[in-house]
Amino acid sequence: MIYMDNAATTLHKPPQVAKAIVQALNSIGNAGRGATEASLGASRVIYDTREKLCRLFGGESPNRIVFTANSTESLNIAIKGILNPGDHVITTVLEHNSVLRPLYECRERGIELTILGCDGKGNISCENIESAVKENTRAIVCTHGSNLTGNMIDISAVGAIAEKHHVLFVVDASQTAGVFPVDVQKMKIDILCFTGHKSLRGPQGTGGMYVRTGVGVRPLLSGGSGVDTYNIHHPKEMPTALEAGTLNGHGIAGLNAALSYLEEIGMDSVRAQELSLMRMFYEGICGIPGVKVYGDFETRQRCPIVSFNIGDYDSSEVSDELFSVYGIATRPGAHCAPLMHKALGTKDQGAVRFSFSHYNTEEEVQTAIEAVRKLAED
Amino acid sequence: MRKKELKLIVTFHTTTDAMAMEKMCKEQNISGRLIPVPRAISAGCGLSWCADPKQSEIISTEMKRAGIKAQALQECMV
Repeated sequence: MIYMDNAATTLHKPPQVAKAIVQALNSIGNAGRGATEASLGASRVIYDTREKLCRLFGGESPNRIVFTANSTESLNIAIKGILNPGDHVITTVLEHNSVLRPLYECRERGIELTILGCDGKGNISCENIESAVKENTRAIVCTHGSNLTGNMIDISAVGAIAEKHHVLFVVDASQTAGVFPVDVQKMKIDILCFTGHKSLRGPQGTGGMYVRTGVGVRPLLSGGSGVDTYNIHHPKEMPTALEAGTLNGHGIAGLNAALSYLEEIGMDSVRAQELSLMRMFYEGICGIPGVKVYGDFETRQRCPIVSFNIGDYDSSEVSDELFSVYGIATRPGAHCAPLMHKALGTKDQGAVRFSFSHYNTEEEVQTAIEAVRKLAED
Repeated sequence: MRKKELKLIVTFHTTTDAMAMEKMCKEQNISGRLIPVPRAISAGCGLSWCADPKQSEIISTEMKRAGIKAQALQECMV
């Protein structure tokens, strides 16, 4: 199988990830539950992973890194934990349902929601974001990169707008963490939500968020914390405030190994390889008659994603053909990005999405180009 | 049970702070270890740093330098 659905999850992980998970499964206890070597082993690997993530994202302290199961959980905690009835929040049509659905729920609770549209290439204008800010605007919530087109939002510019107008800035880095540099302090990000299983190359079931010092987030959950047992309330100190219950220590050990790998190989090298493969594929298919590619390929920075359709073929049919005939794994349909598809006019057809990893090779990309060419000729 | 000795006990608000303490002490060659919080200090659970009381000053200084927050530093028989 040629796996080119890395925006859904990276299939090929560094070998040390599985090794670390197995080692953790066979050795660690429950973090923060006692002072045995088993429990401390879990606490140590979890703390070390907080430090690595804090370094990766330029945070001020490992205490500000919270572990969750995935971006969806992080975004739910962030969105539902900072907005109150009467607040106004701004987002974009580029968003995934993990942003949109919590925001729709907030709207039902009396929170005013502005969803900014995009241009024909799927880009968001920062000027439009600034113009949408109102007196009661509490937050701007946006993705760093669209999971459908691969277009990116200039989060440094949006962060500056948020800071200027004293509104919170929440970023969904699901498609970018581990490939594109994110510096929460320089970019004025108040809450960064990320998953461990995509471009960080850790296991599924790992993810987290950075929460800037001074930003209060109402927790979604309360429960076991390993500390302050006789307090009827869940502790307010971070990161415990947002981490009720046993953490996924085994998964976090795997994420730790993935982060070590990333530190070793370097994010710049990973990004250069992925963008080069993406560009090769784009250039190989964009001239094929009947192929329509979505998104902006003139920008220097974009996620390693190419989404397209062939004529008016159902994207599911094309993706199925790619897999069943050529062994190429891609993702058709709507990609949990309903507003982006509506904006591109692909609500019914969906789109075929190719997304690349640095573990892909040029030979695989060449095979994929030829497969698309043959399907378009049929 | 072993004979109790006077120890310096540092308690923390979170497990994360306790782990930061362990790491810092290891890096600074400050002896001691993490133990469950003794009942004499708190009836809740959690981790505390147990060290020789003579190290109180250096521990306070290094914690301040590293930005590690303690819930309390106190001596008790452990």
